Amino acid sequence: MTKIDRSEKRFTRIILVSGLSIIVLLLAIFLTLTIASIPSIKTFGLKFFINKDWDPSLEKFGALPFLYGTLMTSIIALFISIPFSLAISIFLGEYFRDGVFSNFLRSSTEVLAGIPSVIYGLWGLFLLMPLTRYLQQALGTPPYGVGIFTASLILAIMIIPFSASIGREVISLIPADLKEAAYSLGATRFEVIKNIIIPYARSGILAGILLAFGRAIGETMAVTMLIGNSNFLPKSIFSPANTMASVIANEFAEATGITASSLIYIGLVLFLVTTFVNLLGTYIIKKIGLEASKEVT
Amino acid sequence: MFKWVKSLVFLMCVLAMGLCFSNVHAAEGELIGAGATFPQPLYSKMFDVYFQQHKIKINYQGIGSGGGINQLVKKTVDFGGTDAFMTEKELQEAGAPVLHIPTCLGAVVVTYNLPGNPKLKLTPEVVADIFLGKIKKWNDPKIQEINKEVKLPDLAITVVRRADGSGTTHIFSEYLTKVSSEWKEKMGVGKSLNWPEGFIGQKGNPGVAGYIKQTPGAVGYVELLYALQNQMPFASIKNRSGVFIEPTPKTVSNAAKVKIPDDTNVSLTDTSAKDGYPISGFTWLIFYKEQNYGGRSKKRAESLAKLLMWMVTDGQKYVEPLQYSPLPKEASTIAQKIIKSMTYDGKPILK
Repeated sequence: MTKIDRSEKRFTRIILVSGLSIIVLLLAIFLTLTIASIPSIKTFGLKFFINKDWDPSLEKFGALPFLYGTLMTSIIALFISIPFSLAISIFLGEYFRDGVFSNFLRSSTEVLAGIPSVIYGLWGLFLLMPLTRYLQQALGTPPYGVGIFTASLILAIMIIPFSASIGREVISLIPADLKEAAYSLGATRFEVIKNIIIPYARSGILAGILLAFGRAIGETMAVTMLIGNSNFLPKSIFSPANTMASVIANEFAEATGITASSLIYIGLVLFLVTTFVNLLGTYIIKKIGLEASKEVT
Repeated sequence: MFKWVKSLVFLMCVLAMGLCFSNVHAAEGELIGAGATFPQPLYSKMFDVYFQQHKIKINYQGIGSGGGINQLVKKTVDFGGTDAFMTEKELQEAGAPVLHIPTCLGAVVVTYNLPGNPKLKLTPEVVADIFLGKIKKWNDPKIQEINKEVKLPDLAITVVRRADGSGTTHIFSEYLTKVSSEWKEKMGVGKSLNWPEGFIGQKGNPGVAGYIKQTPGAVGYVELLYALQNQMPFASIKNRSGVFIEPTPKTVSNAAKVKIPDDTNVSLTDTSAKDGYPISGFTWLIFYKEQNYGGRSKKRAESLAKLLMWMVTDGQKYVEPLQYSPLPKEASTIAQKIIKSMTYDGKPILK
């Protein structure tokens, strides 16, 4: 064996081991969560997801309010963020690709993605909360200031950079001849965006949105600070509620026995939900990606 | 061929072993503790002074009372810190006798956000009714009646409670359980409770305090220390002797002027002391009575005993400057007696 052969083999081995270790890691997380939640699974079973009581003093647990809170905040956040992230990606990917202002806007979006979530939470507490309270007073609902609405607002701001940067990337990759062909046929800019850019880039845009959704589901700190942490099914969009991630973050430190196990059970569900969202995302992207390339080319 | 792999593996083994050992048996002359976050600033100060005087390094991690008990039972720390005396069940799970010594006192105050932040007086019944969600307005006759000199506004009460499991909630609920039968029935005692709908939960003292400061009409409970440091208004509470007591480090210390049992397992909430603030409690350090376990050296046991002894005697002078409440003399005497009962191989460690 020559020296090159050896280093070749060595290299292959290293990549193989690193690749496999990711799978092992994923399995290890899944197994740890499952084993630790067994006591709770045994006690509450699948009723855990339809039971809406969370009572640590009686040790009766149900995760419905948290499941509901997580999905509610994430979906509302997604709807608030889509127009903005789409606008930013079209602006940066099509209208102004270079230039001082474009660079400034682009790096601002990236900085937004890097801000620690506790900072978002604090900012929300000082600005979004009083604003929401005024809104609630105007609407005549109890002026809590915190709740599903406030948490969704902060989540929307936090996830914009994720969908925007992927969207921009995909839009700027659209072949120029496609757009030029459309222009030469007399299409206006808006028509080009509507008929060429968005259909061509939609799998990328969707990928960004799903990534953003995954992030919204798992977001903990900022949501904990703004959702009001009430373990009840929310009555309205302004009610205080709780999410899976924030109930774990709040209660785990002092939890023992079946309480701890139930929190880990929630963690397991959170893990499975995010995995499911990711798998679904990959599937949709693949499918739409194929269709889109067929349609446009 | 695999020379470098072998050396890498060897290196990792050495590292791993190093980590294992450093975890359980820290360098000789370094003690490890973990537990309650409430006394952490005080302990940091005490351990810093102790290091300068005795060259013994102490590493205390504020991971919460539950964590402190856990770590002690798992024998990964030399001592734990807890705001609640260990339960019968926890003591059994510990496997061997565990001793408690009080180090200082803490208190929970009812804090609020009202126009002009007047000084309020509250009776136990009113506190219970507010936190049961039964009194909904600040100008409710029940509150106005005991605060005749204050003009209370027609403002909705927004109750803020701790969202995280907490010793603060524990002591607060323990107090209310003693003074209100309705509370006892509906809520009980615990680090986290099943609160009525519509209450806002916030994480930690800073979370609760932050929300109250932002929200006119909000009311909540935080540690006295935290309220003092943040200049928040808080209510005087009527104690069992019928006196309205303003919480101060002094009145909190006074709460411990009662008969203290030999194991210091006493609840000071709703204290019978005449000049004591009723929502007060000890915070404890916990450790094993028999110190020869898990291969601990005698020297280590001795330095732990000496540290504990210092903390309840000379170390007490660092308590008040940090706005904590020091142990009354009787409590300190009992703590010293408990420390003297520590053994190594069955023989007393300190004479």
